[in-house]
Amino acid sequence: MKLLIRNGHLVDPASGLDTVGDLAIAGDRIVALGPVSRDFEPERTFDATGLVVAPGLVDLNARLREPGYEHEGMLESELAAAAAGGVTSLVCPPDTDPPLDEPGLVEMLKFRARKLSRCRVFPLGALTRGLAGEALTEMAELTESGCVAFSQADSSVVNTLTLQRALQYAATFGFAVWLRPQDPWLGHGVAANGAVATRLGLSGVPVAAETIALFTIFELMRVTGARVHLQRLSSAAGVELVRRAKAEGLPVTADVSINSLHLTDVDIGYFNPALRLSPPVRQQRDREALQAALADGTIDALVSDHTPVGADEKTLPFAEATPGATGLELLLGLALRWGEQCGLSLPDTLARITCEPVRVLGSAIGTLAASGGRLVQGGVADVCVFDPHERWRVDAGALASQGKHTPFAFATSGVELAGRVRATLVAGGMAYEHLG
Amino acid sequence: MLSQRNPQLNKNGELIHLLSIEGLPRAVITQILDTAGTFLSVNERDVKKVPLLRGKSVFNLFFENSTRTRTTFEIAAKRLSADVINLDIARSSTAKGESLLDTIANLSAMHADMFVVRHSESGAPYLIAEHCAPHVHVVNAGDGRHAHPTQGLLDMYTIRHYKGDFTQLTVAIVGDIVNSRVARSDIHALTTLGVPEVRAVGPKTLVPGDLAGMGVRVCHDMAEGVRDADVIIMLRLQNERMSGAVLPSAGEYFKRFGLTADKLALAKPDAIVMHPGPINRGVEIDSAVADGHSSVILPQVTFGIAVRMAVMSTIAGNVA
Amino acid sequence: MITSLTLDAEALFVALRDGVRRLCADRPGASLVGIWSGGAWLAARLQTDLGLPGEAGVITSMLHRDDFAERGLAADGGTTRLPFEIAGRHIVLIDDVLYTGRTIRAVVNELYDFGRPASVALAVLVDRGGRELPIEAAFAAARVTLAPDQRLSLAKDANGRFSFAVQEAA
Repeated sequence: MKLLIRNGHLVDPASGLDTVGDLAIAGDRIVALGPVSRDFEPERTFDATGLVVAPGLVDLNARLREPGYEHEGMLESELAAAAAGGVTSLVCPPDTDPPLDEPGLVEMLKFRARKLSRCRVFPLGALTRGLAGEALTEMAELTESGCVAFSQADSSVVNTLTLQRALQYAATFGFAVWLRPQDPWLGHGVAANGAVATRLGLSGVPVAAETIALFTIFELMRVTGARVHLQRLSSAAGVELVRRAKAEGLPVTADVSINSLHLTDVDIGYFNPALRLSPPVRQQRDREALQAALADGTIDALVSDHTPVGADEKTLPFAEATPGATGLELLLGLALRWGEQCGLSLPDTLARITCEPVRVLGSAIGTLAASGGRLVQGGVADVCVFDPHERWRVDAGALASQGKHTPFAFATSGVELAGRVRATLVAGGMAYEHLG
Repeated sequence: MLSQRNPQLNKNGELIHLLSIEGLPRAVITQILDTAGTFLSVNERDVKKVPLLRGKSVFNLFFENSTRTRTTFEIAAKRLSADVINLDIARSSTAKGESLLDTIANLSAMHADMFVVRHSESGAPYLIAEHCAPHVHVVNAGDGRHAHPTQGLLDMYTIRHYKGDFTQLTVAIVGDIVNSRVARSDIHALTTLGVPEVRAVGPKTLVPGDLAGMGVRVCHDMAEGVRDADVIIMLRLQNERMSGAVLPSAGEYFKRFGLTADKLALAKPDAIVMHPGPINRGVEIDSAVADGHSSVILPQVTFGIAVRMAVMSTIAGNVA
Repeated sequence: MITSLTLDAEALFVALRDGVRRLCADRPGASLVGIWSGGAWLAARLQTDLGLPGEAGVITSMLHRDDFAERGLAADGGTTRLPFEIAGRHIVLIDDVLYTGRTIRAVVNELYDFGRPASVALAVLVDRGGRELPIEAAFAAARVTLAPDQRLSLAKDANGRFSFAVQEAA
């Protein structure tokens, strides 16, 4: 279809494009942007006056719960949530049921997602069979079926020898390994170590759980030459170690979740189970360090860490509740909030959820790497159109996702977000539209 | 960023649930202690019953076993003329997979007026208070490591009974404080009532430095901890702690942190010795001290019934 | 309209004292029990003025009130202290104001928790009518009528002098 998006504020963080203009799409490609030739005859015109026209968002961690929850239509609802959030590409972790350690499972997931045409899905393959931390998976086969990197999701590999071998094997082929830096023995608590956990009588996760894991990972990287992406940093001390590792020249990247970026342990309040998260949110100093690190590039990407959890698993005493919160529909609003708090320009803010995540993915996403997360002539037409000024409240019932639990729900938090998605295009097709 | 109203108080600042001592205004605590005094005299009469909770049903929901605590709540409720139903949750529907909230909903359908809840997870009573019907009151009988507010209140009653003015006291709490809900409730109550020096005494594995954030002075030496103390509260050492990973043995613990006559001699001559019970003789406290003239462990039990009567009648009389 | 000046509490106390003296004369071994808080003040002074042995008892209605569900426990409800056996004894209850009669009903229930008295008589400073239960005072120093929204209460100053205060109910 030929589509013209007229008079929008075009923002492409990668090139620095930041101007009012038009965007012309034909088929699955952007054919012109900025000034568009009068010869272009659109079948449909979308008036984007007063709206921002940006690359579609790229989310490096969103759980779709499929395979495992097909009967609940989760893939349909969660990809609809992605589109409603302006997300055009997402990476899903391998901790499905069964875990993504077989090429057949990966192919099926990609096939189902492609048919829905709402969002591009890039699965992470399991680093070890069954995520058990013992035997390696067939990483080459899994890559051929579509895995973009390998991960242990939230489990840790207990055996350092196995972890070293896994990194070595991945390095053989140049595959990246995505790891949560969390020591398996120190990481069992349900809240961050500190005054709040002590007061509330909740078992705490010390910062050492993250720093010890980071030291181990960096040392194994030096030994094996593997490329590692660190998922969901949570502490100031962790940030400092990553900064030094990058300065040293290690091939490492990192992300942070919307939850750790905005919340502290004080927000647990009276044992609000929406704050039961992994990693747990830490203290004020850590939040500030994470915000600054995302601004200066020490942390490369912001992720939603979208994890739909059912009511039965959340309305439980804090320690028994399943960790996780919904996030796909909040990523844009919370990114803009962070950017505003740090005094960043709109392009710099959006970079962390568009071109920077694509850079982290690198050649693993094939041809998409050339134009994913970008608005470029001849590139893929993955676009997010949003109103940067519209304020809205997070109402669990109105979310497209089946995950209704979030610490940012207006009812408990009183938080209002600015930034409402008006249209999401994936490969030139309208995946989501919201009439103002 | 997030804000919530204290669920224990209604919009007039009156107590409708007792979930934790933390966050209770000093006036509310003092009021309960005063009321407990009245009930103490009731418990000394021949007719120990008053009709305040007549026609009300009090359900004891004990997800964690405790015959002694449950019994004191039962006695207290019955002396207020309430009907008492004891639910042994471990063996009931929850074991069959019924969720906590389904259990609560079913009990509410049986016209429960008050739940007395003990649970192994911190925060469970808050979840129940949030989800039960508006007219139902919740009393926390101990949740995980977080709080045991009625124990905290009866400990304060005991101290007030023997020592009078809180603002001149030195109180030492000794034992497994990091894992103790009794210790947390005692600390909040003592600091709210204006006790100038509260000491937390024990080895570093049981009394980590960051406890100081709760307003206590951390001591890793028993002699220093009990020196010139007016009140010594000994905590029970749980068997799990002595498995070897946290503490090497009961014997070594007793030598270093057990309350013996010679350690007691370092405290003030009229110091009182308290313990929430049940006591492990020869582990945290010497038998002779537990039975000696400084010990007020048995009076604590008597005060406990009066305090629980005060708590239940106070919250039952306030509308959500 | 009744104001505090019209009701001279000290003058009424003299009348109350004479009335209670007569009640006690008819009841051998009678003991005074004052109802918290105003009645307790009166009973303490009566005990001295009448030269009675020992102390007057104090009794509270708090634990047997019929309005617990609406109003909860009173903030300062007092504590019952009866320094004598109730069983077989003549009791003279003393109160400052008799109104609906509900406080008396609660107090008698409280008394019965201690034993079976030989008899219970009531003497009050002021009977303001408005009874909602079949309860009467054997002696009242004054009978007045007040509007339902007016509250009448006894006050005692630092020197122990009594006075009445009339307030509009909130």
